[in-house]
Amino acid sequence: MAGNSVGDSVQDRIIAIIAEQAVLEVGDVSMTSTLDDLGIDSLGLVEAIFAIEEAFDIQVPFNANEPQASEFDISSVAAIVRAVEGLVATQKT
Amino acid sequence: MTRRVVITGQGTINALGVDVPQTLEAFREGRCGIGPLELRDVDRLSVKIGGQVKGYDPEALFNRQQIALYDRFTQFTLIAAKQALDGMSFSGEAAARAGVVLGTAGGGVNTWDENYRSVYEEGKNRVHPFVVPKLMNNAAASHVSMEYNLKGPSFSVATACASSNHAMGQAFNLIRYGGADVMVTGGSEAMLSFGGIKAWEGLRVMSKDACRPFSANRNGMVQGEGAAVFVFEEYQHACNRGAEILAEVVGFAMTSDAADIVMPSQQGAARAIAGALKDGGLNPGDVGYINAHGTGTAANDKVECAAVAHAFGAHADDLMISSTKSMHGHLIGGTGAVELLACIMALKDGVIAPTIGYEEPDPECALDVVPNEARDAQVSAVLSNAFAFGGLNAVLALRAAP
Repeated sequence: MAGNSVGDSVQDRIIAIIAEQAVLEVGDVSMTSTLDDLGIDSLGLVEAIFAIEEAFDIQVPFNANEPQASEFDISSVAAIVRAVEGLVATQKT
Repeated sequence: MTRRVVITGQGTINALGVDVPQTLEAFREGRCGIGPLELRDVDRLSVKIGGQVKGYDPEALFNRQQIALYDRFTQFTLIAAKQALDGMSFSGEAAARAGVVLGTAGGGVNTWDENYRSVYEEGKNRVHPFVVPKLMNNAAASHVSMEYNLKGPSFSVATACASSNHAMGQAFNLIRYGGADVMVTGGSEAMLSFGGIKAWEGLRVMSKDACRPFSANRNGMVQGEGAAVFVFEEYQHACNRGAEILAEVVGFAMTSDAADIVMPSQQGAARAIAGALKDGGLNPGDVGYINAHGTGTAANDKVECAAVAHAFGAHADDLMISSTKSMHGHLIGGTGAVELLACIMALKDGVIAPTIGYEEPDPECALDVVPNEARDAQVSAVLSNAFAFGGLNAVLALRAAP
């Protein structure tokens, strides 16, 4: 995924967070991976979202009871990167 | 030979009322006690609702020295215990044969919160001398023992959301197997403080608008606070003093999932349900009502319904199961105690408390959840489910008064 320098930076940091949560090398996490593929369960997801909030100083709207109803798309690593970029843009202006 | 155990007293304070009659009236009317939280720094919370005891004035009930020693969870306990004991007194050998076992998950959460605030935020280097005896989990049980001269087996139980059921199970077994004649039991929780809510927010399982157990559009749990306390008594002992018998406790079972720290297990829950039936000498067909754990989370409600279906087989479709957490919220370590009030109401008054906030059927919760309106029904045996974080399950079985 080509992007500008800010996008690359968000992407790199999110991949690092997800890799740490999945106990994988950064190189093993691809943009098309799903959290299931990476072996991240519901508790791991909540922890990863917390790490993302702390890293980017944003609020992520996510309720574990209705992940599909959340505005925060977690269907793949790429989706998470896009969602975080959007939240950073709206919450950090 | 085992002895029979009956319930001869009940008391409560919770978001639905300051005593049992008010609470039962709310159950009958399907009234919701959940509303906007009134607490310090609520604007910094993302979850702003709860089943809070409103209009509460401790200074009208306790003197200054008592308030220095009684955390809110202890105050709630003493209020409920006074109603439950209703003038009972204990002396001599009778006192030695009476005890108190109470559930609480967090104990004096407000005391922790206030004093951490004072040393960390306000930079103070000194706290009140009674912080430790005020916040300890057994403070409520100890103050009840002192207030009523209960000198037998007394302790507190902390198993998160199953604390009260585990506590009442211990009270039941102590009497059944001869360790005591009277046990004051139940539980209390007062976790609605800034830190208490903040901790729960982190798990992202809380609803921001309502607790809708079993409804397809449920979106999480809502915390409550309060206490319920009961007098459990050996049957002959109760008869000898001419006490009114509210219900009989006939069975109790506890199991551990040994699986996951937060996700519930159908098998662990089903084993606890089946165990309580067996312990109580009940056939599945005897049970007319179950007070569900019913937290309103996606995970609990579907797992609980599957466990009930598994344990009861075909009879699962004939029984009623409701979650009163929709009205009083989830009292965490005190929840099983407040919910036992609904079990006793079902047996004694023939009224089944509803699951309110029910809006959309969920095929994964396809049982009779008594949606939105209380129902008149005669039932002769009931269960009360509690399934805690940490996979610790406790189910009580009750029958109508003999």
